Amino acid sequence: MAINLTETIMLEKPNSTERPIMSGHRTLKIFKSVFAVSGIAMTLIISSLSAKAADEVNIYSYRQAELIAPLLEKFTMQTGIRTNVLFLKKGLVDRVKAEGVNSPADLILTVDIGRLNSAKTSGVTRPVQSAIIAGNTPAEYRDPSGHWFGVTTRARVIFASKERVLQNKITYEELVDPKWKGRICTRSGQHSYNIGLFASMIVHHGEGHTEKWLRGVKANLARKPQGNDRAQAKAIFAGECDLGIGNTYYVGKMQTNEKKPEQKEWAASMKVLFPNVDGRGSHVNISGMAMAKHAPNADNARKLMEFLSSGAAQEIYAEVVFEYPVKPGTKTSDLVRRFGELISDKLSLQTIAENRKAASRLVDKVGYNDGPTS
Amino acid sequence: MSVKALNNYRTKRENRRPNRSSVFVRGTMHFVVFTFIVSLFIIFPMVSLFVLALGGDGESFMHILKNVLPRVGPTTIILLIEIGSLAAFAGFTSAWLVSFYDFPGRRFFSWALMLPMAVPTYLAAYGFVEFFSFTGPIQKLFRHLGGYTSIREYWFFDIRSTFGAAIVLSLVLYPYVYMAVRTVFHFQGARMVESARSTGAGRIKILFRILMPMARPAIVLGVTLALMETINDIGAMEHLGVETLTFSVFSLWLNQDDMAGAAQLSLFLLIIIFVLIKLERWARQNRRFHDNSADSLTSKYRKEVLTGWQALLASLFTAMPVLLGFGIPFSVMAGYAWDYLDEGFDPKLFEALLTSFGFASTAALITVILALVMAYSVRIARSPVVTLFVRLASVGYAIPGTIVALGIFLPLAMIDNYFDSLMRHGFGISTGLLITGSGATMIFAYVVRFMAMGEGSLENGMQKISPRVDMASRSLGKTSFQTLRLVLLPILKPVMATAFLLVFIDSLKELSATITLRPFGINTLSTYIYDFASRSRVEETGLASLMVMAAGIIPVILIMRTMLDRRD
Repeated sequence: MAINLTETIMLEKPNSTERPIMSGHRTLKIFKSVFAVSGIAMTLIISSLSAKAADEVNIYSYRQAELIAPLLEKFTMQTGIRTNVLFLKKGLVDRVKAEGVNSPADLILTVDIGRLNSAKTSGVTRPVQSAIIAGNTPAEYRDPSGHWFGVTTRARVIFASKERVLQNKITYEELVDPKWKGRICTRSGQHSYNIGLFASMIVHHGEGHTEKWLRGVKANLARKPQGNDRAQAKAIFAGECDLGIGNTYYVGKMQTNEKKPEQKEWAASMKVLFPNVDGRGSHVNISGMAMAKHAPNADNARKLMEFLSSGAAQEIYAEVVFEYPVKPGTKTSDLVRRFGELISDKLSLQTIAENRKAASRLVDKVGYNDGPTS
Repeated sequence: MSVKALNNYRTKRENRRPNRSSVFVRGTMHFVVFTFIVSLFIIFPMVSLFVLALGGDGESFMHILKNVLPRVGPTTIILLIEIGSLAAFAGFTSAWLVSFYDFPGRRFFSWALMLPMAVPTYLAAYGFVEFFSFTGPIQKLFRHLGGYTSIREYWFFDIRSTFGAAIVLSLVLYPYVYMAVRTVFHFQGARMVESARSTGAGRIKILFRILMPMARPAIVLGVTLALMETINDIGAMEHLGVETLTFSVFSLWLNQDDMAGAAQLSLFLLIIIFVLIKLERWARQNRRFHDNSADSLTSKYRKEVLTGWQALLASLFTAMPVLLGFGIPFSVMAGYAWDYLDEGFDPKLFEALLTSFGFASTAALITVILALVMAYSVRIARSPVVTLFVRLASVGYAIPGTIVALGIFLPLAMIDNYFDSLMRHGFGISTGLLITGSGATMIFAYVVRFMAMGEGSLENGMQKISPRVDMASRSLGKTSFQTLRLVLLPILKPVMATAFLLVFIDSLKELSATITLRPFGINTLSTYIYDFASRSRVEETGLASLMVMAAGIIPVILIMRTMLDRRD
């Protein structure tokens, strides 16, 4: 019996060909070297984690590390305080909240009022009383209790084809006009920039009217909402649409893109129209900062916040990222000035934030992202 | 005991029915307990999801039911059906050609067909959109030939559509099907085809009557993995402008501050996945493959040599998926890398590569070891409860990385803080964030997300070994642990290697969970790319993107080598 069984085992070894499937030692060696490399890597990682400088400030940022790099370099040069940036996307606030009292976060940098507001309402921020920051930041661009401060504003404007759109003025309301049928392009209706704009429409016109308006815009779309703001400029260049909704700084970035000169052509094919200049002004959103509730380096964080609101930093923002500095009197970049004068909607950002949920639901309700056909 | 065991294993039909009286043979309990503990850990993020979902009010549920599901549900289902069919078609057909026929390029394509697996879905989406966009090479050529200037003058296929997304994703996901089918054909196809041929059956008849039914479980396995990957994807879908249920999960959470609603929708997605997995298991149940005399295809079998137009067609057909699924994203990224060559090599990139390697291989090792134990428990305990737990542990693959990340992070940070306050009050020492402050959560997330790969491979591999092998070992007085270590482990080595590499590649490509969980100062290749991509500057990540793909190619080649005989 025993002998029979052993034979069975021998037979049942899958693929009992002369050659083993795993080409033996060679593959094993490769595995071993993989482990050796990973061992070294893990050691490096752990040692880099434990190396912490005393004088530092930890930044959790929705904004890409490299975008704020020139500012942080200058800050470190002036103060000697080292900056550590952790670039996060979705779930930044949830993470800080979960980390609680032990959170290493000192400063939260983010775009969009929605995120700043949700940081505040989730209780992960603390109020900052600073005469310097308050002096640099107009009241409409900061939280009344000091939980968040705007750093730059960004206008949501209309990109229009130079060739095919003759008018030089436009309103958001006008986008539902049948003359634009099949001519408008936008990114996803659920993107926070569009949600901000739609929320401002709700505040001005009420939810019912905004729903009608959104259906009208949807009906005028040339294609399904897609891509980022830059993709809308590209679509105008391609002739796919005549109007696009986008933020101004994208135009600046395209105009100065030396690495991809074709983007200069996209930018050249369109003009920037500031909507509602004769009325309430164009919708603006902000990028901003907030101090973390349990900031371990609160003093340093405050220094950095004061620096970011200062004239020197604001100019860098204007020149490098083509946004509008919040500090009154800061020189905007020449390139941005050439778009025309920005008259911004003075609607309270807080109100906009409060209407984001309703706006997002309207986008679902009218099926905005399904595009014009449905 | 051994006689009893013998009786149990006498026939295959009986195998399927667990026999209570003999379920818990010596040492089984340890494995079962261990499996329970491990499964609980892996299911844990999903439990936190469930807890979150309970916190919702009826209002957001109504919104989902009324405004989200009717629009997004059908899109998602259509997308899944399209991807499933396309991946099954491409994967099966190419595996069939490569396994049974010889034609120019066969040897090359037999492994190159796996290459698209190294391409992360978000890079594939990016590459395809660039390639087929107005400024891409295809439309440029088109305009040049037709003398057009504006896109309004001609019709062109829009890649940013549901069908476009299906094409892009199935082109990088079909290798799961290809790999599974190829393995089945390799080990079981030869004998069948030879005997069929000897009875004079034609090619078509063999294909439809023998090979297709034989490959069905493998196809279903591959398709399930592809579909789970589709469901967890958000980056590619966002870029392709397709609104799936996953997209809605994020808009609910981020724009409507409706974590509960988002969790409810995620659970709904999980149900879809669970049904898919059930279907797959069901398909596998109906055909058990522990062929007593599994024989490698290569040793004796002679492939039919194709000539003329048939050979050309076969070459073209097998070349297509590789050229599209790998060629397009690769060439787009290589083009970028070339454009930015003068910027030099970013030293951070090398660091990111090392980090990626470290995390991915650690996660893969842990996953494979846990998967081995779990699959073995299923094998020896044969209890529906154990099986259920192990199945649940595989669901993580279908959950979007960000959601898994939060499901892990929130409770663990709570434990961290609890422990810290305990230490502070008791001993006056602050321990800080012990778990969440290290990269441990990242590894945890990878294990949760990719357990399906590890456990699936190992269970599949174990099924091919007849239970009589265990029985023999047991009758010789070995414990269940000794049986695993001395008998099964040596046989399973290649399967384990494959599982390791699959998890390794996937961890390397993983983005969403990594971004949410990484501690300060840690950058992997994918977060490095993401840093740029989120600034609409993917152009600058050419080199990093190539490195992700290249780092994936080596495991892909290794997989093919461990799976199949090298001479094949």
